[in-house]
Amino acid sequence: MIAYNFNWAVIWRNWDAFMAALALGLGLAVVSLLIGTIIGLFLAYARLSPSPWISRPAWAYVEFIRNTPLLLLIFFVYFGLPEIGIYNLDKIQSFILTLSGYAAAYMCEVFRAGLASMPRAYGEAAKAIGLRPWQRQRYVVLPVMFRITLPAVSNNLISLFKDTSLAAAIAVPELTFTARQINANTYRVIECWLTASALYLVTAYAIAIALRQVEKRYAVVR
Amino acid sequence: MELERGTFLYEAWTARWSLLEGLMVTISSSVMTIIIGTVLGFAVGLVLTYGMLPFRILARLYVDIMRGIPVLVLILFTYYGLAILKIGVKPYWAGVIALSLFCISHVAENVRGAVQSIPQGQHEAGMAIGMRFFQRLRYIILPQAVRRALPPWVNTALEIVKGTTLLSVIGVVELLLANQQAIARNYMILQFYMAATIVYIIINFSIAQAAAALERRYAYLRY
Repeated sequence: MIAYNFNWAVIWRNWDAFMAALALGLGLAVVSLLIGTIIGLFLAYARLSPSPWISRPAWAYVEFIRNTPLLLLIFFVYFGLPEIGIYNLDKIQSFILTLSGYAAAYMCEVFRAGLASMPRAYGEAAKAIGLRPWQRQRYVVLPVMFRITLPAVSNNLISLFKDTSLAAAIAVPELTFTARQINANTYRVIECWLTASALYLVTAYAIAIALRQVEKRYAVVR
Repeated sequence: MELERGTFLYEAWTARWSLLEGLMVTISSSVMTIIIGTVLGFAVGLVLTYGMLPFRILARLYVDIMRGIPVLVLILFTYYGLAILKIGVKPYWAGVIALSLFCISHVAENVRGAVQSIPQGQHEAGMAIGMRFFQRLRYIILPQAVRRALPPWVNTALEIVKGTTLLSVIGVVELLLANQQAIARNYMILQFYMAATIVYIIINFSIAQAAAALERRYAYLRY
């Protein structure tokens, strides 16, 4: 018979560490999403460019990132950049760089689909009232596109949040790393991992519920 | 083989067996996970769609929980958790179990989506010609649903191939860890990580191409 005595005192004693770790993970996800959104937007326009000299490299970048395991990318950046003479990134900056680049590829796909699904009449209407190309994008296309893609963006935020667990591999003290450390120190295996899993789960669903409200608020009226 | 010492090719040739072994572990754990995940995920997916209410709630709970927890946490939980429960499994199997748990939930969700996307009229037509539930499933719903579930299923398979890199965290020497071990010997960081990246891209591209071919093969079955 399996006998396991729970001892939750360990968890309460380390509660602050868990919370700090969770906050760090959330922060990493949000920052990476923001940077990834900006780069991803440029990539999406690049992929839709008529010139193959612009669209092909963007395509290659997106396919490269999407077919490479994230853990490998993390190691590549963390251990590889010093090889080519970039020494001044600490592990958190290195991880943000990786996750942003990773997010950019996925955001590019989201925005590309969003731009492609824009009704042509929007652009034409903007042209008809005399907006310049840049103004058409700024005041007509982009606001609508952001609303269309909002659900996909919030899904990306949730998966990015889950992906921050991989930062544990380069010893960034986020939730997984902290749980593993407390696990190793106290040997309260089930309690530690149950807590970590529950925190991820609750946070992921909290983000989902919060973003559903935002989506409802900004839904496109068709 | 005449290669100059200290070049990448020489080092890669020296490490060829360990790298190949890593590749085999990556492939075998992916295949194992995808098979287990597909079979069980299919069953869970059908329960999600047609199961009795209590079973459906259980399946929904399982799927939602698995999809809300990072795979790495699942792997570590399984690895340390099984050990503390005195279930002695090798890291490889702990990893395959954890990845399968993840794979099941994703396949189940794909299957549910595909089955529910088949118009209700198909069911009714089957009923009208006197088919039983399982006959309708077997001859009408599933043949159509499987085709619709194929593209997301391929995405899940690619996720799993990429997910096997996480097994390196619990000490399974798969392709990534084999490369890291080679790097630890010769310190050729960029070259070996680049090589690993290319291998992963080749694997994933071939899967995607095979799936696209399969989709084209059945493209004539439009409805």
